[in-house]
Amino acid sequence: MSMITARTLTLREISHRRGNFLLGSLAVAMAICGFALTLARLRAFDAETAAQIEAFERRTATDMATLEDEIRRSMKGLGFNIFIFPKGQELAEVYAEGFASKTMPEEFVTRLAASELVKVNHLLPSLTQKITWPEQKRTIVLVGTRGEVPIRERAMKAPLIDPVPPGEAVIGFELQQSLGLQAGDQIRLMGHDFKVAQVHSQRGSTDDITIWLNLAEAQELMGKPGLINAILALECNCASVDRLAEVRAEIGKILPDTVVIEKESTALARAEARNSAKRTADQAHDQMEQNRIASKESREEFAALLIPLVALTSAAAIALLTVLNVRQRRSEIGTLRAIGIPSGTLLATFMMRAALSGLLGAAIGMLLSLAISGDTKLITPAEWMMVTSAAILFSCAASWLPALIAASQDPARLLRHD
Amino acid sequence: MTEGIPILEIDRAGKCYGEVTALEQTSLRVGPGDLLALHGPSGSGKSTLLQIAGALLKPDRGKVLIGGTDPYLLSPNLRSQFRLEHLGFVFQDSNLLPYLTLTENICTPMLACPATDADRADALLDHFGLAHRRQHRPSELSAGECQRVALARALVLQPRLLLADEPTGNLDPENTELVLGYLEEYAAAGNAVIIATHEELAIARSNRRHPLT
Repeated sequence: MSMITARTLTLREISHRRGNFLLGSLAVAMAICGFALTLARLRAFDAETAAQIEAFERRTATDMATLEDEIRRSMKGLGFNIFIFPKGQELAEVYAEGFASKTMPEEFVTRLAASELVKVNHLLPSLTQKITWPEQKRTIVLVGTRGEVPIRERAMKAPLIDPVPPGEAVIGFELQQSLGLQAGDQIRLMGHDFKVAQVHSQRGSTDDITIWLNLAEAQELMGKPGLINAILALECNCASVDRLAEVRAEIGKILPDTVVIEKESTALARAEARNSAKRTADQAHDQMEQNRIASKESREEFAALLIPLVALTSAAAIALLTVLNVRQRRSEIGTLRAIGIPSGTLLATFMMRAALSGLLGAAIGMLLSLAISGDTKLITPAEWMMVTSAAILFSCAASWLPALIAASQDPARLLRHD
Repeated sequence: MTEGIPILEIDRAGKCYGEVTALEQTSLRVGPGDLLALHGPSGSGKSTLLQIAGALLKPDRGKVLIGGTDPYLLSPNLRSQFRLEHLGFVFQDSNLLPYLTLTENICTPMLACPATDADRADALLDHFGLAHRRQHRPSELSAGECQRVALARALVLQPRLLLADEPTGNLDPENTELVLGYLEEYAAAGNAVIIATHEELAIARSNRRHPLT
């Protein structure tokens, strides 16, 4: 003996009036499909533009790295481009003579290296003076240097120049040529003997008439123990608004009794070009991002209009189909009400029907969306669950009013019109 | 319903639809064992009186008591429950649900009353000679068979008052005899049966008659 329940009644009725039920499901499917495809298009747009921006960023990063490396090599090739002189040093004299007449304690370079210096690399203390080489009776530039001083907490970079060991000398090209010197030869300078450690090739500058000695020995020869007259450094290739001002400010804090000058404008121009290129790239990136946001907003605005429109159309279709279903079932509803079935039970059968219609509509909508988009990862499973629940609620909401009116009608009136 | 109190008492009830009088002022008392025939020409108000008696249509005037209760004082939902518990309806056109089997059709009152003995539906089908048609749908039955199923549905909860609108209108003599015989038996068992009819045989078989003009 089979019992009749509201569920049986609903399923039998659906099976009996398949057309109406399927049309209701298709109305839900249309809304789901519209929603899923709009969402998918928005996401595809997001993914596509994000990939474009990422590719642009990668390209820019590669280009900037290349440019930066070129600048770095260029600046290294040009040697030191920051000169730190004692405070009060006439720069005109430096430009005229090629070295500073004033001196400062060698300890300055130690202090600089011990600080948290970030704007310069490769610190080289030197004592330079133009002298008459008494043994050869000719004017030379004597440079004392102890090699580069490592900067605190920073990995030692490959030095731009090698230190001169005590007792040895490095000879400029012109001196080497005119005196016929070779590496390993002995020279006598101001009463001291030095071994020629290295001879430079032609540089076309005062370097060609220069002898480089160990700093301590040079200080002794020049009678200036513990003193230097310049610290040479290589400016870092950091992107900034006013690089030299920042270098001066940083060094000025550590060594207030110094002045800083910058030279070698070619390298600086390239650094500026690099910074300018970076700024241009950043602007292009920002523009792309702004275009993307604007385009996304425009698409979202369109979706915000389209989705409710589709949903409203579907809701109207579902409501109309429910009204048609109710009209078809007037006699049935009247009979059930007359024999004592409460309106709540009838309303439940209508809602059950609407829920099943929503469920089927969600499934059809999903399959349609997948078929149209060809993307199996269109929406996440959690979102599908949410969409399915929403479809069921949506279908029930659209059917609610006509179902409520039908279930509450006077049975005598329904039977009289039958 | 309480013993001693009439199953149905209608006191000067009447009904109009606008300017059209559907039922002139009518009074009626029905008790256990009564098989009452409401008869008269078309438009005399038979169906209207049946609906008033069945707590379906509130009269414009007069009073209706079923087992001492005025159903029209109840809320729609309570009146629906009242009909389920005390009344049985047989409609002129059977009004079976086309998508349910005969058994399911007979059991539809159980939608609101699931504790009912479901075997009674089978017993009624046996009684009306439709046991072999249990799983058939109404569209597969003749009009007479449908009317018997409608009668079985009205009787499944064993109401004290059975209201039947032209219950033999579509039946052949053999089925008419079967249905009227069962209605007589049902009334004789201490229930009340009211039929609206214009058939002489049905009127003749009733133990009470109430003409309407």
